[in-house]
This record gives sequence, structure tokens and C-alpha cells, in this order.
Amino acid sequence: MNNDIIKPENLVYTKTPVLNDNPMHYCPGCSHGVVHKLIAEVIEEMGIQEKTIGVAPVGCAVFAYNYLEIDWEQAAHGRAPALATAVKRLWPDRYVFTYQGDGDLAAIGTAETIHACNRGENITIIFINNGIYGMTGGQMAPTTLEGMKTATCPYGRNTAINGYPLNITKLVAELEGTRYVTRQSVHTVAAVQKAKKAIRKAFENSMEGKGTSFVEIVSTCNSGWKMSPAKSNEWMVENMFKAYPIGDLKDK
Amino acid sequence: MSEEVKLMKGNEAIARAAIRCGCDGYFGYPITPQSEVMETLMEEEPWKTTGMVVLQAESETSSINMVYGGACTGKKVMTSSSSPGVSLMQEGISYIACAELPCVVVNVMRGGPGLGTIQPSQADYFQTVKGGGHGDYKLIALAPSTVQEMADYTVKAFDLAFKYRTPVMLLADGAIGQMMEKVVLPEQRPRATEEEIRANCPWAIVGKPASRGRNVITSLALKSEEMEATNIKLQAKYREIEKNEVIVEMHNCEDADYIIVAFGLCARICQKTMEMAREKGLKVGVLRPITLWPFPTEEIKALANKCKGMLCVEMNAGQMVEDVRLAVNGKVDVQSFGRLGGIIPAPDEVLNALEKLVADNA
Repeated sequence: MNNDIIKPENLVYTKTPVLNDNPMHYCPGCSHGVVHKLIAEVIEEMGIQEKTIGVAPVGCAVFAYNYLEIDWEQAAHGRAPALATAVKRLWPDRYVFTYQGDGDLAAIGTAETIHACNRGENITIIFINNGIYGMTGGQMAPTTLEGMKTATCPYGRNTAINGYPLNITKLVAELEGTRYVTRQSVHTVAAVQKAKKAIRKAFENSMEGKGTSFVEIVSTCNSGWKMSPAKSNEWMVENMFKAYPIGDLKDK
Repeated sequence: MSEEVKLMKGNEAIARAAIRCGCDGYFGYPITPQSEVMETLMEEEPWKTTGMVVLQAESETSSINMVYGGACTGKKVMTSSSSPGVSLMQEGISYIACAELPCVVVNVMRGGPGLGTIQPSQADYFQTVKGGGHGDYKLIALAPSTVQEMADYTVKAFDLAFKYRTPVMLLADGAIGQMMEKVVLPEQRPRATEEEIRANCPWAIVGKPASRGRNVITSLALKSEEMEATNIKLQAKYREIEKNEVIVEMHNCEDADYIIVAFGLCARICQKTMEMAREKGLKVGVLRPITLWPFPTEEIKALANKCKGMLCVEMNAGQMVEDVRLAVNGKVDVQSFGRLGGIIPAPDEVLNALEKLVADNA
């Protein structure tokens, strides 16, 4: 290898210091790592590291607090929006965000999600939707697609038994309290750039007192889906995007 | 200047005392018989005066988790509810205890189990002092018996919560919540400033300054050794609280042959029984635990060495009596008298139970 090219003037990328050097516990190919990096970059670029407070969920991202160099609270399963509500109201000049998976946000925490959004809490909700419970070993989530196999619907989600995939993002977009509701992904360079813009916009909104910003990231769980990372991305585009189309649902 | 005496309900006294002691946030959900706590706060609009936040949540689950989130910020936060609502809060209380956060939870008890009744009860004693939620944790539990004490112990509860970084339960009942009595409210204290919070609560979630690493408040430790260490630390704190914070009130216990043990409203009723018994020539005293945990074990043990029997009177099927028996450890007969389902015992029926105790031990 030619080391002569390693010079400061040739540097094209540095990791943001808001993202620390702890080795991530996420599976290779998982979307969490990319989304963590985007949030960290937004925090650095906006210069708000000292004013940002994160609320971690229960699920794979429970350890999000190990990777971003900001103050964190770790919530009980589904309750992150309740914690964030109190933090934002008690420290109104802080940037407060929750980071939640689909089981956390759209199953056990549905009431907290709906009511925080309906009150128009001036927080950012980052919602990772991969249609499966990762941490507990691949069980059915509220967003699991019809026919999709998981540990608790091993023959595929049967709507007659399990009901329908819950499009909670569409639901929160209907609420008066939400200001910005968008659905993004991080499977290509272009998608990553768009997702980062959406996260930044959500963070900026939270200081304007005009309501909740909600950013869904349609994601992969290659371990839970039992596919390679590359195949997972293809499967996501073909299947997840049909049920959960990418784009802004609301921007007021 | 003389102190201003006002007439108000117990629930109202809690709300007004909370504002006066510099509380930063109240998060609650309506439930009878304690809804006047939030109603009073909403009427007072303290966000216009002290800056206190008051928010009606979508459930008790949410209100206790707002308290959890708020307690992380180093601010003084509280909630109030009644028995079924407090059952819903148990998960959150367990998290708060493990994360070592200060907060105040008020339970104005009503009769259970289930949806039960809206009438007063003391049937949440076990839930309060034996855990309630999952895991090995304790709550400091203060049991007021007057409207004045509803105000005084609200203030005391916050002081203890911050002294030990632990949730404190104010355990009242529907009668004390609803009755009106004279109250002198505490002096208005200012809310803590951000600088004071940063100085006094270095653990608080305020936003990470460049001068320190990130603060993380969590109750999670996947490694067993770490979780055991967390538990050992909690237990050491609980032993310290047991050593320092027992509050007990005794009436005529010095010469008593028989001791009535009762808390909260029952302790007031039993004082009447004591007077009736003394008129009949029975030497009776009343011991009233004010802290239900830490429990006045030593005080009860000492009395067991010189009395002939004890009667534990509660508005439940006999819960605190188990702790009295543990303290007495078989030295004397300990009997239990209780009314259930929201019925308040009358002094004369307590006297009948007392006379049975006397007859059994004559």
C-alpha cells in the first residue's frame, strides 16, 4: 500500500467527535449504525452537543447511549416520548430527541407516541422501522409485513390472526400536533444524504415551538430477516417500501 | 407576623405545599379521590408565578414516566394518584429507584382490589413498603394523618428524596385527601436555578458540557456482576435510611399495658379509643409509625419488652401487623383489627377489639 497519499490535504472524511470510538454492538449491515452517525453529524454541524439530550428506548438501540457523546436517559419499553415530554418542558431550550424501534414506538408505546405527538411536544422522534423485534430474537412487530416470517409468526404474518401492519407514521401525520412527518431510508448514498437533511430539519424545528417532528427510517434487520446485508437492502426496497413509501407525509 | 391559617382539603394542601417548596414539575392523571391535587395546580397556574410545569398525562403509566424523565434533569418532580393508578405506576417506580432518582409519588389510597371503591383504605401498605414493582428496592413511605401533615410531609418528602436520591411515597387515604382542616402552608422557597442544579446534582441530565463526559441515566446492566454491585449499593443506602430516618409518634406509651399500633387516619381514631379505654382504667398507649418504611422496629421491640399485648388497627385485612409481629418476635400477643372495602373503623369497635386482646392476655 502506498502510504504517501496519507496527508492532511488529501483527507476527505473524518468521523464526527460526537460519535465516540466505542465498538458498536449492532450486527454488521444493520441500519442503526448509519442513523447514529447521521444524528451525531447533525449535532456537530448545528453546534448543539451541549444542548442535546437523547432518550434511548428498549430494544437493540437501548445502548445508543454508549455511542453518542451527549447526555442520555434510558426509558422503559415504549415510554421514551413521556420522558422526552418532561425533559423538554423542564429544559425548554434543549434539543430533545427519542430514538425508538417499531416494537417500542408502535406496540407497547403507542399511547405515549400518539399523545406526545398530539400535544405537539417540541421534540424529535427518530423511528427505526425494520418490521421485527431485533433484541429479543426476531419476533413479530406491529409493522411486520403481511406474509413476513418471524419467530412468533413462523409461517408468515397472517392478518386473520395477527391483524395488519401498523402504519403509525401515517397516523401521527394526521395529528394536529405534528409539524413535520417524514419517512426516509439509509440504503444508498443518496438516501443517507436525504435522511440526514430530514434529521437536521427535525432538530431545527424543535426550537421553534411549532410541534413534534417525526422521522421514520425504514431499515433492515439482516439477522432477524435471515438475509445478507445486501439482500436485505434489496428485500427492503421491494417489500418494505410498498407498505411504507419513502417521502414527506407532512411539512407545515 | 402571625402565620396565615387557611381551611382546605388534604389534596389541596399537597398541591399548594408543592408549589411553595419549589417543585419544578407535576405530571398526573385524574382519579378519585385525589383529583383535587391536579385541579388545584391547574387553577393556581404556577407556571405564571414560580415557573412550575403542570401537565395532565394520558395515563398513570405516562405520568410516572414523565416523572422519571423529569427526575433525570435534577429538578423537583412529582405525581399523585390513587390505588389503581399507583398499581399502574409500579414499573416506573422500580426504574426510578434503580436509577437512583429523587421524586415524590403521592398515593391517596382507596379500597381495592380491582377497581374497588372510591372510599378510603390503607390496603396498599404491602405494595408501598414491600416493593410493589419488580426487583429489590425500597421507597421511603411517609404516612400523614392530618391535612397539616399533607402539606408538611410533601415538603419533607422532597427533602428526603434529594438527600438519598430515591423516590419517596406520601401514603395517605381518601379521607385525609378529602377532609378539610386548618393548615399553615410552608414558606415559599425559590425553585432551584440551573447553576444550583449543575452544582448540586452532577449526575443530572442537563446537556453535556465540554468539561465532562456524557451523563447517562439507566437502570440497565447486562453483566450480572455490575447488576449485583448496583443492588449492593442500593441496599447500603437503604440501611443508611433505616438508621437515620425513622419517624414515630407515641401517645401514653410509657406506662401502657397495651399498645395500639396504627398509621395515618387510623392513628387518630385509635387515640379516641385510647381515651375511652383509659377512662375505663385500662392503661393503653398508641404508637403511630409516620415512616412506614423505614419501619419503627426498634421502638416497637422496646415496648414489647414491657407491655402485655399489642393491637394493630388498619383499614385493610392486616398488613402492617406482619411488620409489628416481626418486631415483637413472639414476646407478646399481637392481634389485628381492620375494616375493609373503604370502611373507616369507629373508636368503639376498636375498643371491643382491644378488650378482646385484654381478655385473651389477662
